[in-house]
Parts: sequence; C-alpha cells; structure tokens
Amino acid sequence: MKTSEQMIQVDEKGFYGKFGGAYIPEMLYPNVEELRENWEAIVASPTYQEEFQSLLKDFVGRPTPLYFAERLSASFGAKIYLKREDLCHTGAHKVNNTVGQIILAKKLGKKRIIAETGAGQHGVATATVCALMGMDCTIYMGELDIKRQRPNVERMRILGAKVVPAVSGSKTLKDATNEAMRAWIADPVGTHYIIGSVVGPHPYPEMVARFQSVISEEIKWQLLAKEGRENPDLVIACVGGGSNAAGAFYHYYNEAAVRLIAVEAAGHGIHSGKSAATSVLGTPGILHGSKTLVMQTEDGQVIEPHSISAGLDYPGIGPVHAHLHAVGRAEFVGVEDEDAMKAGILLSRTEGIIPAIETAHAIHALNQISFNPNDLIVINLSGRGDKDLETYIQWGNY
Amino acid sequence: MNRIDYLFQTKKERVLSIYVTAGFPKLEDTLPVMEAIQAAGADIIELGIPYSDPIADGPTIQESNTQALENGMSIKTLFSQLVGFRAKIHVPVILMGYLNPIIQFGVEEFCKKCKEVGVDGLILPDLPMSQYLEEYKALFEEYGLFISFLISPQTSEKRIREVDENSSGFIYMVSSHAITGAKSAISKEQEEYFERVANMNLTHPRLIGFGISDAATFQLASRYSQGAIIGSAFINAIANSSDLNRDIQAFLGGVLAEN
Repeated sequence: MKTSEQMIQVDEKGFYGKFGGAYIPEMLYPNVEELRENWEAIVASPTYQEEFQSLLKDFVGRPTPLYFAERLSASFGAKIYLKREDLCHTGAHKVNNTVGQIILAKKLGKKRIIAETGAGQHGVATATVCALMGMDCTIYMGELDIKRQRPNVERMRILGAKVVPAVSGSKTLKDATNEAMRAWIADPVGTHYIIGSVVGPHPYPEMVARFQSVISEEIKWQLLAKEGRENPDLVIACVGGGSNAAGAFYHYYNEAAVRLIAVEAAGHGIHSGKSAATSVLGTPGILHGSKTLVMQTEDGQVIEPHSISAGLDYPGIGPVHAHLHAVGRAEFVGVEDEDAMKAGILLSRTEGIIPAIETAHAIHALNQISFNPNDLIVINLSGRGDKDLETYIQWGNY
Repeated sequence: MNRIDYLFQTKKERVLSIYVTAGFPKLEDTLPVMEAIQAAGADIIELGIPYSDPIADGPTIQESNTQALENGMSIKTLFSQLVGFRAKIHVPVILMGYLNPIIQFGVEEFCKKCKEVGVDGLILPDLPMSQYLEEYKALFEEYGLFISFLISPQTSEKRIREVDENSSGFIYMVSSHAITGAKSAISKEQEEYFERVANMNLTHPRLIGFGISDAATFQLASRYSQGAIIGSAFINAIANSSDLNRDIQAFLGGVLAEN
C-alpha cells in the first residue's frame, strides 16, 4: 500500500506535490472556476461519455493499434511495441484532447473556441473538431511559426479557422499561449479556451491528461491480450508540454515497477544555449498559470528554448512532469536535434513509419537508457511525420 | 499610517493613479518620470516591474515591458534606483508586477526592500487571492505592504465582497472584459457595472483601470468611484518623448482638465 504522499495524483487545489495551481489574473477567475467546478461531473455523465466514446471510435479511429515493432526490437535487443497515436485522425494524439474539450465546451454553452498552437498540430486538431461541431474557431500562432509551418496554417484555414499571428515577444508558442489567454480575458463568457497540453491553470493539466489517458488505458488491455500482462517494463514518450507522455504514463503513474521515460529535446546539446530540456535547465517558477519548472533567467524572465521540433520547443513542462521529476518517478532523458533526425530515419527504414520529429526523440532515447534484453518496452508514437517533411528535406541526411 | 490610506482619507474623489513601466523609455528614466508624474498632479504612482510574459496587458504595455527589459531593467536594478526616492516623492508608490520575477528575487527579500525604499503597496495580477491568504498575507503585513486585488465585470458579488475583505488600500476595478489598453469610449454596459459596484457599499475605495485614457473617461470613471488608473495612454504619451517633463505635464494637464 502506498501512502497518499507517494501517489502521483492531483490535489483539490490543482497541485501535484509542489507544482501546479492556478496563478491567473482575476479576470480569468470566473472562467477557470466554471471549468473547475463542472468538468468532472460533465465528463462523467452518460450523455457526455456516449458522445465522447463514439467520436473517439468513429471520428478519431480509436483504439489505435499497439504494434509489435519486430525489426526495431531486433536492432535494440528488447521487445518494443509502438502505440500508434500517429494513426489518429489529423496525425497525432492531440485530437483525443480536442474531442474531449469540444464536447465539454458545448455542454457549457460556449459558442466560440480559441486555442494556441506551436507547430500547428493542436491548432489543426482544434480546427477539426470545431468544423465537426460547427463552432467558431480562432487559433493563435506565433508569427515565426506561421512562416515555418505553412501547410498546417493552410489546413486550419481550409477547416474554417481564423489563424491570428502572435507578434509579441519571441513570436512562437509561448507568445501564442499569452495571446490566447488575453483573448480569453476579452471574451470570458462565450469562449472556451482549448489548451493543447498538460499545462495552464488548474484544472487544465489534469483535464488534458485525463482526455489523453485513453492512451495508457488502451495499452493496458492491448498488452494483456498480446503478452498476458498489463504492465510493460518501460514506457517511453517525448515531452514538450507533456500531453502525450501524460496520456501514456497516466495509468502507470502508480505502478512502481513500470519505468517511465520522459524524453526532452536537448536541441544542439543540453548546455549549448539552444535546448528545450526543461527538467535540467528549468527552475521552479510560474508559466501560463501554473507553478512548474521553467527555463528562465535569474531575474525570472522566461527564456526562449530551441528544438528542431516545434512541438517540443516550450520553456516549461506540465506540472505533473515537474512533480514526476522532483520525486524521481520518471527518468528524464535529453535527445539532441541531430540524433532525433537520425532516429526518424531509422524508424522509417526499419518499420516503414515516418515519425513526427517530436516522436523521433522518443525513439532515439533507446540509445541513451539502459534496459535488459527481455524488457518489454512501449514507445508512444505520438505523431506522424507528414508535417515535418520540410524539416526532413532541409536536414537532408538520408 | 500607510500613504495609500492617508490619501483616501484626505481625498475622496478624482484620485488619479498613473502607471508607468520602470526603466521606460530609458533605463534611467524611472525616477525623473516619477517626479514629473507627481509634479503634474497625479495622486498615486504605479510602477510596473517589466516581465517577458505579461498576460493581462495589451500591446502598449507589453512593448514597454520588452523595451524596459532590453534597457536592462530588473528588480535588483529597480530597487537600486529607488534608494532614497522618498526624498523627492511623497505620493503613494505601488509596485505592479507578475509573480515569477518576484519569486525568483525572493518574496521576503522583495517585501523587505519595498519597505526599506518606501514602497506602499503591491498589485500582483497573477497572484490568486487564495494563494495570497495561504502563503503571503502575513509577510506583506509584516512589511506594511498593501495589496490591491482586481475585480472585473464577471466577478460575482460574493467574490467582490471577498476581494473587499482581503484588499488593503483600494480595490482595482477592471473596467471591461479586456486586457490593458486605451479604448475610445465607455459603454452603457460598463457604466451599469460601475454603478452596481458603487452601490455595494464596499469598505475600500475603488479605482477604475483599463481603458481610461483621457479627461472624458477619467471624469466618467470618477463619477462611479474614487478615481481611476491610466496606463497605456500614458505610456503612449512618453514612448517617443524628447522632453519627458513637458509631455508628462501636457498629458496630465489634459486628463485633469475639468472640462
């Protein structure tokens, strides 16, 4: 029996240990309170569940396969399964959360949806469910990212979303998130803000994790069917804000025998000054409404991170991950740009799957951690590489 | 007695608070700008601590934050600039800032420095009231620092009463669903909200901020409260100034004109 202090779980104020909470301007208090008070009851209701499950099955395409990667296993000397979130509609796990939140928004009587996006995956997943529900959709995206991620910008526009450039600060994901929060302040009554990762003020981190927890829920029964056991020895997932990792870890948080491997982007090298390895470079601080590890100057100004993958290019991590790191429940690994690209090619050549560059970081982690030849490893294949073709082409080393 | 309480005891209406980002437009302008604000007739100076991610602020104040950070402003530098400022400034001075830089500086050390240099109060938009009560109330009181919490048109009556109970000095009344920034006029709906709150008989005086930019909006706000706070419009007035004294005098002269 574990004591409650050892359990990985959120408390009623939204803290995982020392991390979390809701550090928001008073103008957002009514919105966040409305969500906090209502989300669990709404999500638990039969009408919600019926719609949610039906959309996950027929619209998203769940359950996603748990695929035994035979040639990859042979090359690393372990038994490796890939959880195929890349096969979700829109190409990544992000849609699990947007489906969950859009139904919630509808039940709360909201008419308009806003969201932030970095690479555009969450923006596309949000625009998609807004089209599905006929809801007005505005996506905030850094001006720099708009230039870097043209195809996703056009995807959102085709789906009927308005894409608004964030022109403040560094003009990337962090600033897009600031702009989305400002937009929410400006229309608190009619708008729901779909945050795309396990970040933001309570209850977002737990709510998004819950919507993504379908990943580990499926892994459990799929693994039982294939291997006669629910628990693998290791679960590996990449972490930017950390939503796919939270989903893959969720039902294993409190299974001590399962090693949780969180893979961060080390960019040009963890200490190169161009990195996004928040668990190493971050210190406790407040970012986007929660207390977590933040990459910042000693004066408390937020530092712009770097990663070749826009989805990992974030100066914080979700509070649950900061907690998993603080208590040593998860092992954190930093994978550099170049190694991630190589791992992307490796997976393409051994399994016929071109992964998102975010996901490629998780693949490369196999080279940086120790495991036994008999170990059963599940890697969360969070997204497909279509969106990254331009980056693969520019890298060119294949 | 705290200067903020003294002010509201002696002046019941048309109290004007001017927000300016510390270290803006130039790093060394902090004190000269404060002196000019006081000389031009403002009652309170709200000094903003620049931050990389000011989520409650609109483009004008964001840009002034970025500029001040590029100028090299930090909490450390600010306190070094503020040493001895009480020799020249007698109006209440409030520091407005986001929580993260203050946490990194050390909250207790921050409070201590505030008291040492002569700061009277704080506005910390992303410090939730519950967290304040749990972690910081005792500390702020120990160092004699007032705190103003915010209310907005969405704030429930129950919550407004809690804000009234836990604020010291005055309540910061956000005029609309908006981030900071100059707007042209105040709507009927906003006036109804001002009136609703005015009729609640709150213990603390209220200053209305966000969207107050000139004599007309200042007078309107003053009709429903003890006064108002001007930020973005003031920042705009000094952003490209070649003569701060002249431009601050002109701006405040305009705002304070009776008609």
